[in-house]
Amino acid sequence: MKYTRKATPVVLAAAVALTLTACAQSERASGQGGASSGGDTKDTFTFGAAGAPEVFDPFYATDGETFRVTRQIMEGLVGIKAGTAEVEPELAEKWEPSADGKEWTFTLRKGVKFTDGTPFNADAVCYNFERMFDQNEAAAAGPAEYWSTTMGAFKSKAKDSLYQGCEAKDESTVVLKVARATSKFPTMLSLDSFSMQSPKAMKEGDANNVKTQGEGFAYPKYSFNPVATGPYKLEKYDEANKTVTLVRNDDYWGEKAKTKKIVFKIIPDESTRRQELKAGSIDAYDLPNPVDWNGLKSDGNKVMVRPAFNILYMGLNPQKNPKLKDLKVRQALLYALNRDQLVKTQLPDGATVATQFMPETVSGYNKELKAYPYDPEKAKSLLKEAGAEGMSLTFAYPSEVSRPYMPNPQKIHDALRSDLEKVGIKVNVVTKPWNGGYLDGVDNGQFDAWLLGWTGDYDSADNFVGTFFGNYDVNDFHTKATSYGKQLADDLAKADSIVDKGQRDAAYEKLNQQIMEEYLPGLPISHSPPALVVSPKVQGVVPSPLTAEEFSGVTVGK
Amino acid sequence: MLRFIVRRLLQMVGVVIVLSLLVFIWLRSLPGGTVSAMLGDRATPESTARLTKQLGLDQPLWVQYGRFVKRVLSGDFGLSTGVLPGRDALDLFLSRMPATIELSILALIIAVAAGIPLGYLAARRRASTLDNLSIVGSLVGVAVPVFFLAFVLKYIFAIQLGVLPVSGRQSTGLDATRVTGFFVLDGILTREWDASWDAFKHLILPALALSSIPFAVIFRITRASVLEVMDEDYVRTAESKGLATSTIRSRHILRNALLPVITTIGLQTGGLLVGAVLTERVFSLGGVGDALATAFTLRDYAVLQVLILAAAVTFVLVNLVVDILYAVIDPRVRTR
Amino acid sequence: MTPNPLKTQADRRKERIDDLAATAGGSPSGTVTGAGEIEESPGVSLIASAWRRLRRNPVFLVGAGITLAFVVLAIIAPWIAPHDPTQGLLLDKVRQQSNPIPGSEPGFPLGADNRGRDLLSRLLVGAQQTLIVGVGATVIGLVGGLTLGTLAGAFGGWVDSFIMRIVDVMLSIPSLLLAMSLAAVAARPSQMTVILAIAIVEIPIFARLLRGSMLAVRSSDHVLAARALGVKQSAVVFRHIIPNSLAPVIVQATIVLATAIIDAAALSFLGLGNPDDRKPEWGQMLGASQEFLGDHPHLAFYPAACIIIVALGFTLMGESLREALDPKSRR
Repeated sequence: MKYTRKATPVVLAAAVALTLTACAQSERASGQGGASSGGDTKDTFTFGAAGAPEVFDPFYATDGETFRVTRQIMEGLVGIKAGTAEVEPELAEKWEPSADGKEWTFTLRKGVKFTDGTPFNADAVCYNFERMFDQNEAAAAGPAEYWSTTMGAFKSKAKDSLYQGCEAKDESTVVLKVARATSKFPTMLSLDSFSMQSPKAMKEGDANNVKTQGEGFAYPKYSFNPVATGPYKLEKYDEANKTVTLVRNDDYWGEKAKTKKIVFKIIPDESTRRQELKAGSIDAYDLPNPVDWNGLKSDGNKVMVRPAFNILYMGLNPQKNPKLKDLKVRQALLYALNRDQLVKTQLPDGATVATQFMPETVSGYNKELKAYPYDPEKAKSLLKEAGAEGMSLTFAYPSEVSRPYMPNPQKIHDALRSDLEKVGIKVNVVTKPWNGGYLDGVDNGQFDAWLLGWTGDYDSADNFVGTFFGNYDVNDFHTKATSYGKQLADDLAKADSIVDKGQRDAAYEKLNQQIMEEYLPGLPISHSPPALVVSPKVQGVVPSPLTAEEFSGVTVGK
Repeated sequence: MLRFIVRRLLQMVGVVIVLSLLVFIWLRSLPGGTVSAMLGDRATPESTARLTKQLGLDQPLWVQYGRFVKRVLSGDFGLSTGVLPGRDALDLFLSRMPATIELSILALIIAVAAGIPLGYLAARRRASTLDNLSIVGSLVGVAVPVFFLAFVLKYIFAIQLGVLPVSGRQSTGLDATRVTGFFVLDGILTREWDASWDAFKHLILPALALSSIPFAVIFRITRASVLEVMDEDYVRTAESKGLATSTIRSRHILRNALLPVITTIGLQTGGLLVGAVLTERVFSLGGVGDALATAFTLRDYAVLQVLILAAAVTFVLVNLVVDILYAVIDPRVRTR
Repeated sequence: MTPNPLKTQADRRKERIDDLAATAGGSPSGTVTGAGEIEESPGVSLIASAWRRLRRNPVFLVGAGITLAFVVLAIIAPWIAPHDPTQGLLLDKVRQQSNPIPGSEPGFPLGADNRGRDLLSRLLVGAQQTLIVGVGATVIGLVGGLTLGTLAGAFGGWVDSFIMRIVDVMLSIPSLLLAMSLAAVAARPSQMTVILAIAIVEIPIFARLLRGSMLAVRSSDHVLAARALGVKQSAVVFRHIIPNSLAPVIVQATIVLATAIIDAAALSFLGLGNPDDRKPEWGQMLGASQEFLGDHPHLAFYPAACIIIVALGFTLMGESLREALDPKSRR
C-alpha cells in the first residue's frame, strides 16, 4: 500500500469542500430575520409542539399535532366559536335542515378563494365531499379514520354510509343528504378532518392515492402540500430541524392574521418544552405537566386551563371475569374507590369526579346525577351479598403514555388499586406499554379491568356514550355478555336520531341515569382539564375546550 | 489489502442477512405495534381488526418475512408508521444520520483533544497530583450516567446561565439553507456563517455529555500505553543515543503509544451510538438516537429494522476503517 | 481460522478480554520484576500477594469501603428506614399544582415524593433493589457465561468454535443497545426483565473470559505440577483450575456491577425500566424524577448521587483489583 504521507487527506478534503461549495448556494430570502418588521410586535409566533404532524392533509390524520397545524391553514363549512364548544358559521354562512333531518342546505360565504387562486364555491364543496366519500380500500382501513367513525362507510358500501350525496344548487348553495337524522350533524363538519381543500390542488397532487406499502401507508404528494382557505398557509416543513413554518395568507377573506409567521418547533420531551419557554425560544406549548403549572405561573407565564372535555374511566369486562356480570359487584367497585382523594392529590386543579360517562359541557349531561360516594363499608356488604368477597381482579394500566385525561396512569392506578384492596379484592396488576400491547389487550378483552379515557371530538353525547356502548356486537366493555347490552345500544341509536334538540338532550339525560344506576358497564372516574401555557408576551390566545385553538389573532410582544 | 477489505465487506453482508431475520422475527413477536400507534385511544376492536387485516399483519410470520425480503430486494425498506408516518424508513434514517454524525464527531474530538494530552501528561508525571486527579476524574466520568450528566450540563449552561441553547439543532428564525444535512457544514458551504455558528452552539452541550465516557477511556488507555512505551528498549536506546527529548517524545513515545488509542477510539463507536440515544433524547436533537427511542415507544417496525441494521453496518464499517488506519500507522502491520 | 494479514477490531477486543483472562494463570512469581516495595516470596499465591498490595492501596480501600457500606445498607435498610417506603404517608399534602412534592418536615428529613412516600426511606430501601439489580444481572451473566464458557472449554472442537462465534457476534453489538432491545421486547416489563436484559449482554463477556482463563490456568505451572504429583483430576479441577480461573472473573464482575446499575438507570430513563415502583430502585427513581426536574431537582439528585457513589465504589475496587492482578501493571 502506497501513500503520500499527510498531504493526501488534506488535498482530498480541500477538493471535496471546493466541489461542494461550487454547488451550494444560499437560498435565504434577503432581508429575513425577526427585526425587519416595524412596530412593537415580533413577526413570528413559535409554538412548542410535542410531535411531528403526520401528514398535512387532515382527512388522513387522527392526531392532535397534525390538526393543530392544519387548523391554522384550513377551514370547514362549520366552525367552532372561539373559547366554546358551540358551532358557528365558517365557510358556510348558514344552514337549514329539512323537516326529517335528512337534507341540509348550506349557504356558502361569497368571495372566498383557496390560496392557489381557485374559487371556493358549491362545486368545490361537493368535490370535497365526494373525494372524502370515494376512498380506496387502503385509506378506508385506517387513515380516513374520522370519516369511518362518523359516517360509517365509504362509496364501496354506499348504503351503510351516513353521507348520501352532495348537490350544488347554485354557486353558493349546497345540499348535503344524510341517511338518517343524527345529533352529530352538522356539528361533525367542524372536525378538522372535514376541512375544505382546493379541488385543483387535490387533483394535481393525486390527493386520494393512499397505498399500503409493507406495514405502512404511503401518502400522495398532496398530503404534504395542502391548499385551503385559512388565515395561514404552509411555507415549509424542515424535517431535519424539526420545524413547521406557516406564513400569513394575505388574501384571506376575513380578518388577516396579526402575526406574519407561525413556527411549530417539535420538542417531544415535556420538560424540554418548559425549558425552551423559559429560555424564550418558544412562546407557548400545549399540555404543560400539572406539576409545573405553579412554577410556570411564577415565571410570569399564563397557564390557561381549558374546561375538561374528557373522561377517564375504569373499564370492566364481564366476559373475562363473570363475577363482574353482577351489578352489585360493579357498584361495590365504584363505592370502594376514593375518587375524591384521587382527584385532589393526583389530578390537576379543576379536575372533578365523574358522575357519568361524559363531561358537564356536553349537551345531554345529567346534572341531577350524584357521584357514588366513597363508602368502603357499603362496598364490602354489596360484595358479600353478591357472594364475591375476596374476588380477584386483573386490573391493567398503560406505561409509556400520558393522556390529558390521565396525566400519570401509574399513579392513578396505584391509588385505585389500594382502594380496591382495602375492601378485600385481590388485584393482579398488569401493565403494558401503550403501543406495545395495552391498547391491543383492551380491544382483545385480555383484562378484567383497565384504565382508559376519551377526549370529545365535538359537542355531542353520542360522541361519548355512543362511542363506548353504541356498537353492541363489539365494544371494549363487552356489553354483549350482559342482559342490558342490546337495549342500551338500541336506546343510544334512538336518542341519536331525535331531531329536536330539547327532546334529544332529555333522552340522553335519561340514558345517562340508566347507565349509572341500572347498567354501570364501567366506572367513570374523573374529568381533568388540559392546560395551555403562553409566555407573558403573547396576546390573543383563546383557550378552547376542544383543545382546538386558532392562532390568527395572536400577537407576540418584543 | 484489497482482498482483506472485500472479505470483510462480504462478512458484513452475511451478518446483516442473519441479523435482519432475527430482528424481523423478534419485532413481530412484540405485542401491539403499528395498529395501536396509528389509532391510539380511538382504537376499537372493529377498527383494530380492520387495520390489522389491511396491513397484512394477520398473516403467518413466514409469509410476512417473505414479503419483507421481496420488498427489500427491490430497495424498499418499508414505510415509517410512527416516527414520521408514510416516510420511507431508509430516507428517514439518512435524513437523521447527519445530526448524529455531527454530534459523535464533535464528542470524539473533545474526548481525543482532552484525553490524549491529559493521558500523556499524567503518564509523564506519574503519581503527581495531576495524575491522581485525572484518574479519579476519569473514573467519576464513567460512573455518572450519561443522561444525568446531560441534564446537569443543560441545567447549568442552558437554563441557569442561559449561554447555550436548550434543545434542538438550530434556532428557528434563521431560515438556513440545507445542502448536506450537516448543519455546521451547510452554513460553511453557503457562507451563512451565523447558521453554522448557531448549529455548532447547539452541539456543544450534547457533545460534552457524550464525550465523558470516550474521554475517560481514551485518557486511561493513553496513560497506560505511554507508561508502557516509555519503558521499551527502543526508547531507552534513543535516550542513550542522546536524541533530543522532543524527538523522542514525538517520534518514539507518542507515535507508538497511539496505536492502542486508535483501537480504543474504534471500540468507542458502539458506545457513542448508545450514548447518542440518551443525549439526543435529553436535548431533542433529532438524530438517529432520538428516532430510535421514538421508534421503540411507537413500535415503528420499519424504522427499527433499518436503524438496527444500519447500526450494525456502521459498527462494522467503522471497525474496518480503524483496521485500515491501524495499518497506515503501524508499519509492522503494513509490511506483514 | 484463515490467515489474516491484519488483526481485526473484534480480534483486538477479544484479545483485551483474553489479556485479562491470562492474568489468571499467574505468571510465575519470580518473573515479576521491579515489584517495588512488594516482596514476592515464591510460596505466596497470586491472590495472597495481590491482597497484600491491595491492603495498602488507598484507591482500593475507598472502593471497598463504599461497596461494603452499600451492601450493609442494602441488607439492613428495611430495619433502619424510618417509614414504610410504599405508603403514601404524606399523600394528603400532595397537590398537583400547589405542592406536588411535599418538602421536608419533622420525621421526613428529605420530604416525600409525588405520591407522598418518604423519600429518605425510599432511598434507603432503594439500596436493596439496586443491589438486587446489580448482583442479579451480574450473577445471571456470570452463570450464563460460566455455562457457555465451560461447555466450550469442556467439549472443544466444533462446539467450542460454534459457541465462541455466537459469543463474538454478541460482543460486536453495543451493549446498551442490546439491553434496550431486550427490555423493549418484554411483554410485561418488570424488575426481572431489566435484570435479564442487562445480564444477557454480560454473558458473552463472561463466557470469553472464563474460557480464556481456564485455558491459561490449565497449562500453568502449578496445575502441571499438581498433575505430575498424581493429584486426582477432580481435585485438580476444583482446587486448582476453578479457583485460579475465577480471579479475573471477579474483577470483571465488580466492574459489571457498576455498569449494571448505570444501565438500569438508563433503561428507566428511556421508559424501558420496571414500571412497578412499589419496591424503589435508584435508577427507577432517577428515571421517574424527569418530570420534576424543573422545580424539584432534588428528586433526581439524591438517587443520582447514590448511583454515582456506588458505581464509583465498584469501579475503584474493580480497577484496583485488575491492576493488582495484572502482571503488566505490577511494575
